Amino acid sequence: MFKWFVKWFHRFGSPPYFYRLAGLWLPWLTGLFTILLIGGLYGGLVLAPTDYQQGESYRIIFVHVPAAWMSMFIYMVMATCGIVVLVWRMKLAEVVLSCAAPIGASFTFLALITGSLWGKPMWGTYWVWDARLTSELILLFLYLGVIGLYGAIDDKRVAARAVAILAIVGMVNIPIIHYSVEWWNSLHQGATVTKFDKPSIAWSMLWPLLVMALAFKVYFVISLFQRVRAELLHRERNTRWVEELVKS
Amino acid sequence: MTPARKKRLSLIILMVVGVSVGVGFALKALNENIMFFFSPADIQAGKAPENKDFRVGGLVVEGTVARPGEGLTVEFDLTDNDSIVKVKYTGILPDLFREGQGIIANGRLNASGEFIASEVLAKHDENYMPPEVMDAMKKSGQKMPGMSKGI
Repeated sequence: MFKWFVKWFHRFGSPPYFYRLAGLWLPWLTGLFTILLIGGLYGGLVLAPTDYQQGESYRIIFVHVPAAWMSMFIYMVMATCGIVVLVWRMKLAEVVLSCAAPIGASFTFLALITGSLWGKPMWGTYWVWDARLTSELILLFLYLGVIGLYGAIDDKRVAARAVAILAIVGMVNIPIIHYSVEWWNSLHQGATVTKFDKPSIAWSMLWPLLVMALAFKVYFVISLFQRVRAELLHRERNTRWVEELVKS
Repeated sequence: MTPARKKRLSLIILMVVGVSVGVGFALKALNENIMFFFSPADIQAGKAPENKDFRVGGLVVEGTVARPGEGLTVEFDLTDNDSIVKVKYTGILPDLFREGQGIIANGRLNASGEFIASEVLAKHDENYMPPEVMDAMKKSGQKMPGMSKGI
């Protein structure tokens, strides 16, 4: 079993194999994403009831919460790739690491903007420097740091290793974001879904939220595959398999 | 795993542990600065700064919201189910402000121990439900999950 996994791991890491596999998956993933997005939006904006206290404005949760989850999830993907880059020196992990950063930064930005728009009518302010908001902003800066550092070093193999260290060190921010609302007094409310208790949200509101979260995950994979394919072609432009691909 | 890879992996683990411990200590040292607000009990205990703006958070005590005069001035009591502090505020209140709701006020204490707020923010709790469910819960006398924790 373990041997099989190691074999698969090495095969999966070969650029031509991944390029072909990702190309095969893309149409299916796009179809799945469309279904999930339409279902999630319809469930969230039409089927879900209004909230007892916030009225209609709570509906921003269907974008805000999945975006915030993605911002942390993508960072963990990046840090995992960072470990693979440093330990196994795998080329594919280098490419995934650099390609995931802009997507993660966009999701973080989206989470901050939607939260701020919700904050004005509900809290009475667009922004406060409480622990949750500040740590999420630091996450955005970490993403921008990764993008900037990768772009600043010309040798992309060296750049990937430098970025890997930054990504791994930045990992400490992830538990801080998640537990910020428990460790300190904050204006941001506590966790509704991601806790050990029963979620404190009605089922009719929870399922569209989970469908949207899944849709965002699939979107991330689609976007990542497209970027990785383009980057692989660019990096491997002098190899045989790209030459053959272009000829055929 | 080859010995070289093992060495690199242990170096990474060492780095992560080192950074986590460092950040942990830094956050512990800055704990009071990261706290967004003080509770009425903290004020009672004299932990709140004097002659300086700070924030106080708590639940608006039911039946204490009063509007003396014609203007926008509001007065209410704020509690953490332990101590009570009186808050005075002139200005527009956020949508979620109501009796029993968690709020955070920014301002300072005056000589008679009242909190003069320059800004009032509403804190939302983590509960989301349709109004019918809320009514049913109220009727059956069930307490909302997480509500007992207060703020």
